[in-house]
Amino acid sequence: MMNDSSQRPSPEQLLAQIEQEERRERRGRLKVFLGYAPGVGKSFQMLDEGRRRRERGEDVVVCALQPEYPPEVETVLRKLENIPTLKTADGEAIDVAAVLQRKPQVALVDGLAYENPSDCLNAHRWQDVEQLLEAGISVIATVNLQYLEKHSDEVERITGKRVSCTIPRGFLDRSADEIVVVDAPATESLSRQVAPGDRAALLAEGHKLSRLRELALLVAASVIDRQLESYLRSHGMDSSWGVQERILVCVTPRSNAAKMLESGRRNADRFQGQFYVVYVQQPVLSQQDRQVLQQNLDYARQLGAQVEVLSGLDATDAILKFARQKGITQIFVGHSMREGGWRRLWGNSIKRLIRSAEGIDVVVYPH
Amino acid sequence: MSSSTPISGDSGSDPQSRRRGQLKVFLGYAAGVGKTYRMLEEVQHLKRQGNDIVVGYFEPHGRKDTIAKTVGLEMIPTSTIRYRTSTFQEMDIDAILRRRPAICVVDELAHTNVPGSQRAKRWEDVQMLLDAGINVMTNMNIQHLESLNDQIYRITGVRVRETVPDWFVKSAAEVVMVDATTGALLNRLKRGDIYAPEKAQQAMENFFKESTLTALRELAMRQAAHELELREIASTSEERRPQEEPSSASPSSPKATIDRILIYVSADSSTAMLIRRGRRMADYLGADCFAVSVVPLRDKGRLPTQDRNAMEKHLNFARNLHIEARILEGDDAAETIADFAHRNQITQILLSRCDHSSWSRLFGSDLIPRVVQKARDIRVIIVAERKRPN
Repeated sequence: MMNDSSQRPSPEQLLAQIEQEERRERRGRLKVFLGYAPGVGKSFQMLDEGRRRRERGEDVVVCALQPEYPPEVETVLRKLENIPTLKTADGEAIDVAAVLQRKPQVALVDGLAYENPSDCLNAHRWQDVEQLLEAGISVIATVNLQYLEKHSDEVERITGKRVSCTIPRGFLDRSADEIVVVDAPATESLSRQVAPGDRAALLAEGHKLSRLRELALLVAASVIDRQLESYLRSHGMDSSWGVQERILVCVTPRSNAAKMLESGRRNADRFQGQFYVVYVQQPVLSQQDRQVLQQNLDYARQLGAQVEVLSGLDATDAILKFARQKGITQIFVGHSMREGGWRRLWGNSIKRLIRSAEGIDVVVYPH
Repeated sequence: MSSSTPISGDSGSDPQSRRRGQLKVFLGYAAGVGKTYRMLEEVQHLKRQGNDIVVGYFEPHGRKDTIAKTVGLEMIPTSTIRYRTSTFQEMDIDAILRRRPAICVVDELAHTNVPGSQRAKRWEDVQMLLDAGINVMTNMNIQHLESLNDQIYRITGVRVRETVPDWFVKSAAEVVMVDATTGALLNRLKRGDIYAPEKAQQAMENFFKESTLTALRELAMRQAAHELELREIASTSEERRPQEEPSSASPSSPKATIDRILIYVSADSSTAMLIRRGRRMADYLGADCFAVSVVPLRDKGRLPTQDRNAMEKHLNFARNLHIEARILEGDDAAETIADFAHRNQITQILLSRCDHSSWSRLFGSDLIPRVVQKARDIRVIIVAERKRPN
């Protein structure tokens, strides 16, 4: 067989690639129930899914549990097979060897973020789970928001506490095939944490939990958003009909852009959207105009906008063309309140922009 | 349609009046995600704790697991309504009011009652229960939220007719998101757990496409997060109110910077979309919201009845969404709007882009530029009707 080494992958490479694909095929699937606090019902939902799957004929075993459960959960547990954890003086760990030997289709793990006792092969439970997945066993697991390293800063801002054992940044993105958010009011969890009668503590704790709950929902929403985007991309679909807003702020040397830019940023954040800022090049600029423009564009970059300088004989055409390309949903423009400049500006551009920007909102800011 | 509810909505703070029941809404993103199941799970829990609970309405859909969750619950028999040649089962509000439970469970909040029922919508039935001091647990899908109607249409291609006004959902003490993966949902559909086979096939071609479901799921999560934020803002301002605000404080938004939004109501059909957008913006900003239309001062007769009716319809729609609606008189619409805006400290004016009705013939076609010009220091938003691609 001829082998053109520079063009094609080597047989070894091809083989490795095929093996990798096969491994992925053979690999179990990981489904994660994400909650924001203990007591919101993750365990129940996860174990109840295990029960339903078992009743449909899937081979399901439990391989890690929490120390204590309310009666509803106990009822579900009685219908499930359990492979007990290994218990040592300083903790417990999934009996990976026993699970591998038993080789179920699905393993249930209540609490993904545990650290294993020191004499275990793996330091962390998520590594045990990785091993099960590699062996072709699917895993359904629960995890609390605060144990995700990716969000530990945000969580710390809310709670003021730093959690030590976390699941590394890449793990969920890399390994989790599916995520389900477990949402429930904070009351249940609250009653566990605060002494009854302490109203101030109760309120403060309630606010914290409520903000964590909101964060969990938004974290899940952004995971879903990524899924949607990759689905649309892989199916060659236009992604402009998603939930996203795409905001375009047009700045000029004259515009007092700060307000427009800040509002654009807020809007984009709210809808997990994209945020563009454009300036259409003008032939002659005074020293002062150049300075103001530079300030505006710097501020836009600081706010995380994608900044582009457009050129074109006609500013309105250039803006509209850009807007169509990027699937913009809202255009922000400023208008001067000064009477003199007003007429010319209006007649030449903004009026036409509004008239031609079909399907796009136009927001006119006073300057 | 009922429009009897006051704009402030919340009557619970008045100690003189009977305490309004609390509303809890389980929010999902499609049929079959497990809203009813999750709700009944909680109902069973509450019942074990000794709460007095009845089921006011339950839609079994032939789902075994869900039906099993109703075992041991007291079901209030539905009332039979005759319409044309058929009979329909609707929730029997009078029977529930007579029974007076502490908590009533009501499936499918967005349901429209059959003509001949006492009230048009199930959420209005629920309102009755709440007013009587009964707590209600209920469920709905994100696509039934009124202000999202246009967005849902863009995502799904379906114009959802059964909607629940946002203010009603906002009045809930709790909104809880019921999540399931789209994969799990599609499997349930294929197994026939959600619909009968022929309906399942049809559903898969419409709503139950993976991309559609994923978009709806994201939307529901964001809405649930937003509902939470609203309650958080309201509750923190509630706690602060006594020391920070003197008794003369106006009963308006809880936020410090008060945005005030004006929606220009015309006879044009795009107005409904404009009102929904305005409502959503106002909710996000915690803003006050007005819907305003202008009729000519001298010669009202010039306004065709058809337009007059359309305008009235839009104003009523705004009122139903708890937006304060006004009719102004003036021969120059732009000037009348700008004038009203300035006098009422409006911060944003919403106009719709397409205005091809006789309205524009009446007031001239350059309404938008003239409003922008006259609005001076007020932000003007020209809202476009968004097309559904493809």
